[in-house]
Amino acid sequence: MAENEVIETEEQQEFDPTMCDEICAKYQDWPGATIPVLQETQDAYGYLFPELVERIADDMNMSPHQIYGVITFYAQFYTKPRGKYIIRVCRGTACHVQGSGRISEIVKEEFGIGDGETTADVKFTLEEVSCIGACGMSPVIMINNSTYGNLKPEDARKIFKDYASLPDEG
Amino acid sequence: MNDYIVDHVEVHVCMGTAGVASGAKEVMIALDEEFEKHGLKNAESKERNCEAKQTGCRGLCARDVLIDVYIPGAEKSITYEHVTAEMVPTIVEEHIVGGNVVEKWAAKKDYFQFYDKQKRYVLADCGRVDPEDLADYVKHGGYEAIKKALTMTPEEVIDEVKASGLRGRGGGGFPTGLKWTFCRGAKTDDHKYLICNADEGDPGAFMDRSIIEGNPHAVIEGMLIAGYAIGCDEGYIYCRAEYPLAIERVIMAIKDAEEAGYLGKGVFGTDYNFKLKLKAGAGAFVCGEETALIASIEGERGMPRPRPPFPAIKGLWDKPSNVNNVETFANLPNIILKGSDWYANIGTEKSKGTKIFALSGKIKSSGLVEVPMGITVRELLFDVGGGIPKKRKFKAVQLGGPSGGCLTPDHLETPIDYDSLIAAGAMMGSGGVVVMDETNCMVNVAQFFLTFTQRESCGKCIPCRIGTKTMLDILDRITTGKGREGDIELLQKVGEDIKTSSLCGLGQTAPNPVLTTIKYFRHEYEAHIHDKKCPARECAELIDFVVVNERCKKCGLCKKACPVDAITWEKKEFAVIDNEKCVKCRECIVNCPFNAID
Ligand SMILES: Cc1cc2nc3c(=O)[nH]c(=O)nc-3n(C[C@H](O)[C@H](O)[C@H](O)COP(=O)(O)O)c2cc1C
Ligand code: SF4
Ligand code: SF4
Ligand code: FES
Ligand code: FES
Repeated sequence: MAENEVIETEEQQEFDPTMCDEICAKYQDWPGATIPVLQETQDAYGYLFPELVERIADDMNMSPHQIYGVITFYAQFYTKPRGKYIIRVCRGTACHVQGSGRISEIVKEEFGIGDGETTADVKFTLEEVSCIGACGMSPVIMINNSTYGNLKPEDARKIFKDYASLPDEG
Repeated sequence: MNDYIVDHVEVHVCMGTAGVASGAKEVMIALDEEFEKHGLKNAESKERNCEAKQTGCRGLCARDVLIDVYIPGAEKSITYEHVTAEMVPTIVEEHIVGGNVVEKWAAKKDYFQFYDKQKRYVLADCGRVDPEDLADYVKHGGYEAIKKALTMTPEEVIDEVKASGLRGRGGGGFPTGLKWTFCRGAKTDDHKYLICNADEGDPGAFMDRSIIEGNPHAVIEGMLIAGYAIGCDEGYIYCRAEYPLAIERVIMAIKDAEEAGYLGKGVFGTDYNFKLKLKAGAGAFVCGEETALIASIEGERGMPRPRPPFPAIKGLWDKPSNVNNVETFANLPNIILKGSDWYANIGTEKSKGTKIFALSGKIKSSGLVEVPMGITVRELLFDVGGGIPKKRKFKAVQLGGPSGGCLTPDHLETPIDYDSLIAAGAMMGSGGVVVMDETNCMVNVAQFFLTFTQRESCGKCIPCRIGTKTMLDILDRITTGKGREGDIELLQKVGEDIKTSSLCGLGQTAPNPVLTTIKYFRHEYEAHIHDKKCPARECAELIDFVVVNERCKKCGLCKKACPVDAITWEKKEFAVIDNEKCVKCRECIVNCPFNAID
């Protein structure tokens, strides 16, 4: 069993593997289930930390190496914690032509994070994405599930400041 | 939209992605509350029963929230644009109860102009049926085409599709009927798979998303027809993970269709079995390529595989498989129901039917349009799209996304069909149309697309991985004023190398945006390299940020736009930029109506 092989360290993450086991069990008879399993476990645990990946590998009868091969290939798998608010700046063509590059710069100015980075307080993550399908209101950003369109750069800054001033409960 | 007959008041609310983002849910709630208040939610009586119904994107997202009011016996429906929840009580009170249209909010001529030259067949029901209601689709003729197909032999169905002239809408334009014969003829011991490509990677296009969100059952019906014709018993819809609403609706539609007996064992009581599953992607553009997509469904890294063997012979889990695009499938019900003759009458000799385009960029009516093949670039951009905003000049249009190329004002009369576009150096691609005006720098556009393909290269082929990086480095130096003599020729050479020696379409087409912009806008590259100037004033490093007094009309709009107060201006004075304070954000340039800042 993997548990015996891993050397316990300070950073070792304590986690309850129940959800992971359940998800893997659900996909037992699915051919090619790696991607949906990773998607669901990531949704359940937030991100794919090493102990979780070990567990998935175990449950799925695969080597962690194989699983990491898949994780690193796809942009939507994360091996680091992500912010409470995910800022998605659309960098699709329509938004680019309407100046979305400037909005990414403003995120950098406000929070000091670039594409794929997370603030130290784990509050914000910036993700530059391709077309989110709302080109008619470009430039567009999403913060978690809310979409904001027709953004002037300074409107965007104001929205970011509003989120930054939200209280930190939960 | 007047062939839609109602027997009670229906208010259709656009709940596409942009609709929801603009507050469509709140509008729905407000409508329900107002109906309740006026006692108009009485299912017993047709006169006193008003229904607020959600519909999919109708293409003019810039005007969301859009609603249509259908009143029985009324001459036509009334559309309101930019509706907010606050406007709803007035609309219900004055229009629905009082019978007087609220003219100030009703859509005007320019709204209808957008639809005038369109031919909406694939999108006919998007914006009309409730995508989450199977019964509503059936009420509008849904699942009649598969029933008809099931009375034909599979060969007859293939012949009908061949005769229609339908070509794949996923970019390549391969004849659909012919493709099916390969997979139909392939040998297998057990399964054959049918795959719907809903990965829609072109970063400025959302046709497939709108079809799925607006009318998921049409895609399922198209797949049922194809599966029957080819002899597939299992299907997958591979959808981009970035499209959560589309995924949600497909899952719901599959479930409803299964429960109704339209999917699964014994479709419509025949001995045709067809099982359908959804697979969500995980964020890799290259997975839109069919062999990479197959690898991804198998749970692997989504890397393209060499062809042959083609998927028709050895595809998903090494079984014969047929991959088609969402829009290709969505064309099928009409072809079967109305016949190949009807279909072949639309379009040009070699490009039949209609094509959906996503118009975006510097165009008045950006959005989703469906037009007959063969429409000219001018008609598409100026008649349907309404032309360029802010009285600016049309400079170029990019077709086919990161694989495509650009066309110039000289190409305005070019007909839009597969072959004419290729002859002009662009391509149909999936249907992204990005319009640029005089303030867009073509070197910057080329750099933008290459940044995208470079990042998305799967890395398997060295020319694709390293070559695109080399090209990008050259573009980076050109746009920052460090361009060298001979850079243009170097770009062309590396570009040609990548095109000829990459395995998949990503590498083979990645240099196109650079090569076509060099072909048509060479002078702009030269200005960057020789004069260290960006004529469109988009490349910040090459702009001086000084107000040119000859052009400055003293309006002060730049001062208002500047976020760091770097501009001084008084009434009747020229504006002056303090270059110490300026952060080169370009806001003043964007906002100056007179192009007075160099
Ligand atoms: C890099 C790359 C990306 C592609 N992306 C898509 C896509 O997003 N959607 C699509 O339908 N086809 C895409 N294709 C084309 C597919 O490989 C395939 O040709 C198509 O799905 C076939 O369907 P059709 O015959 O109905 O057009 C892509 C091809 C390449 C090389
Ligand atoms: S051409 Fe590029 S994307 Fe395609 S297989 Fe080769 S490296 Fe991968
Ligand atoms: S570029 Fe930006 S910071 Fe500089 S003057 Fe113009 S608006 Fe102000
Ligand atoms: S390009 Fe940004 S929403 Fe389409
Ligand atoms: S989402 Fe409403 S018209 Fe497109």
